[in-house]
Amino acid sequence: MTSAALPIDPAPCSSLFDDTEFMNALRLQMLKFATLQVRNQALAEDAVQDAMLSAYQHIERFQRQAALKTWVFAILKNKLIDILRKEKRYTSASILEEGAGRNDEALLDTLFTDHGHWQKDERPQKWDEPDHGLESSDFWKIFDTCLDALPARYSRLFMMREFLELESNEICDNEQLSVSNLNTTLFRARLRLRECLEDNWFAGETCP
Amino acid sequence: MMKCTEATQLLSEKLDRPLSTKEKVSLGMHTAMCPACRQFGKQMSALREITQRYVQSDDTESEDAKK
Ligand SMILES: [Zn+2]
Repeated sequence: MTSAALPIDPAPCSSLFDDTEFMNALRLQMLKFATLQVRNQALAEDAVQDAMLSAYQHIERFQRQAALKTWVFAILKNKLIDILRKEKRYTSASILEEGAGRNDEALLDTLFTDHGHWQKDERPQKWDEPDHGLESSDFWKIFDTCLDALPARYSRLFMMREFLELESNEICDNEQLSVSNLNTTLFRARLRLRECLEDNWFAGETCP
Repeated sequence: MMKCTEATQLLSEKLDRPLSTKEKVSLGMHTAMCPACRQFGKQMSALREITQRYVQSDDTESEDAKK
């Protein structure tokens, strides 16, 4: 985290880092995710900075944007876990979001009948097995859009549980949430995300 | 008989806590008869696997993606 004189080497593999458009977009995406998780701009920026720096230090590893992105997000993930564990007082979000509950009731009404069964045309459909374009930047764009459509508190807790892979009790402890509150939030986040991915990615066998 | 609203909630919670025997039995009975909830359960696990690979892509073939 010291020298400004990074070993920039004019070999072809360093050109990834010279693609300023890609690098800026990547940095913004990381920053957005980090800020959502740690809820503190300075901590988020430091984490992103550190992750980027470690990528520069392993510059020779990356032939392609996809590999670099995977690498920096893995580093960022670990940084965020550390921050969430150490800096509870900055990061915890005990405020409930207004309105989220009401939207959920509306969603439940669309998905289920009065008797609590799936509406006919809302029944979950079979998702095509992975490989079929799942690990593509197009898929992640849709995924991000679906994630963004959730109330911030939902996407934050969902990603904390599923991407950062924190245990439920650790999340409850950090965030001062009851287990049932967390479980309900995760359920609603998954319910919406499932719906959004099915409608925008899995629906229809062929993509135009 | 359990409702789909309850079954889906348990299918989500199953990923976060161990279900009680009673919950497992009634959920099992429900999903045995309800293809929609069965599908929902599969999607909950798929969603977890997908999310753990967040942003990983292998656009432009995959030689060095694994290494
Ligand atoms: Zn059902």
